[in-house]
Amino acid sequence: MTATTPLWEVFIRPRNGLAHKHVGSLHAADEVMALQSARDVYTRRGEGNSIWVVPSAAITASDPDQTAENFEPTADKIYRHPTFYEIPDDVGHM
Amino acid sequence: MYSQGLIGADGRTEETPEFLARFQQRIDAEEKIEPKDEMPEGYRRTLVRQIGQHAHSEIVGMLPEGNWITRAPSLRRKAALLAKVQDEGGHGLYLYSAAETLGVSREEMTEELLSGKAKYSSIFNYPTLNWADMGTIGWLVDGAAIMNQIPLCRCSFGPYARAMIRVCKEESFHQRQGYEIVMTLAQGTPGQKAMAQDSLNRWWWPSLMMFGPHDADSQHSDQSMAWKIKRFTNDELRQKFIDATVPQAEYLGLALPDPDLKWNEEKGGYDHGPIDWDEFWRVVKGHGPMARDRIKARKKAWEDGAWVREAALAHAEKRRARKIAAE
Repeated sequence: MTATTPLWEVFIRPRNGLAHKHVGSLHAADEVMALQSARDVYTRRGEGNSIWVVPSAAITASDPDQTAENFEPTADKIYRHPTFYEIPDDVGHM
Repeated sequence: MYSQGLIGADGRTEETPEFLARFQQRIDAEEKIEPKDEMPEGYRRTLVRQIGQHAHSEIVGMLPEGNWITRAPSLRRKAALLAKVQDEGGHGLYLYSAAETLGVSREEMTEELLSGKAKYSSIFNYPTLNWADMGTIGWLVDGAAIMNQIPLCRCSFGPYARAMIRVCKEESFHQRQGYEIVMTLAQGTPGQKAMAQDSLNRWWWPSLMMFGPHDADSQHSDQSMAWKIKRFTNDELRQKFIDATVPQAEYLGLALPDPDLKWNEEKGGYDHGPIDWDEFWRVVKGHGPMARDRIKARKKAWEDGAWVREAALAHAEKRRARKIAAE
């Protein structure tokens, strides 16, 4: 008899000028109840002024087993960083 | 509360030594483990049990205090108690979510609580007899919980650690509002002071039991310490709690009900008298004075709420169908 109540991920913007940030998840039957519940559960002390709720099932995540091949190649590409390039002090700040 | 969450935990695991060594290396390097990372089955099982029990403790913990909301002596006290009980509901929800990342469903956890298979902290099986108990619970029970929860903010499992950081931020208000209640009584009429003392007498030993069995009798501690699920032993945390609480009681002019309690210069902490472990195990095994009432109340809440959950889902389904039809 008991259908499971869907899971939602909650994102909150602490204040204007900052991005929404993931704060946790909750169960709710639909998006209206998910928003109401997110307000009660995650913003009892002025944590933010805007909430996003996203069905957890809608999130596609990278595979942790592929973490190495996805993210390690960036470590040896130090030429992507400004400090790789030698600029004489005389040139000044660049 | 929550050292008790490891009682009966099954940390056995069947991975290869290489796998376990690789995992241990990550733990030793203070890397956080996230839900989709590979982890020993024993680690997962231990965490599901501990986080689940912690969540249940928050939810059942609303009952002893909910009992006094309508009888709070002033609007100020009532607003604070309502906010505290609401926080506890919120803490339960953060924790259930953290446990769910390990592949256990909310329904399974609820079912285990209602059937008595899953436990919650022994402290909530004691009755709240009068208003002074609201103060003592905030001061001692939340104080003991904070002592346990602060190291859990550094737990190796990411979602649990993150939930604990939120909980700890909110919990400090709980302890302070409790201490303020006890202080008001302790500085009141002789009758009020006696009420505070009586409450302290009843809650002191059960609060010390919240830290779980002595280290020598805590068989699952070693594995949990190695995996950094736990950072301090039960006895270490209990000692910290006692050392922090004695001066607070002295300030109130109340006596802790332990004739053997005395400062030990050498260890730089207080020695305390023997804990009644028979009582502890009786309560843990479900024979506490309020055990049946607590589960009965949770069952009633679950059953009475069934139509609301069903109606909400039916309504969501109807709206979805309408939206599709309109497209």
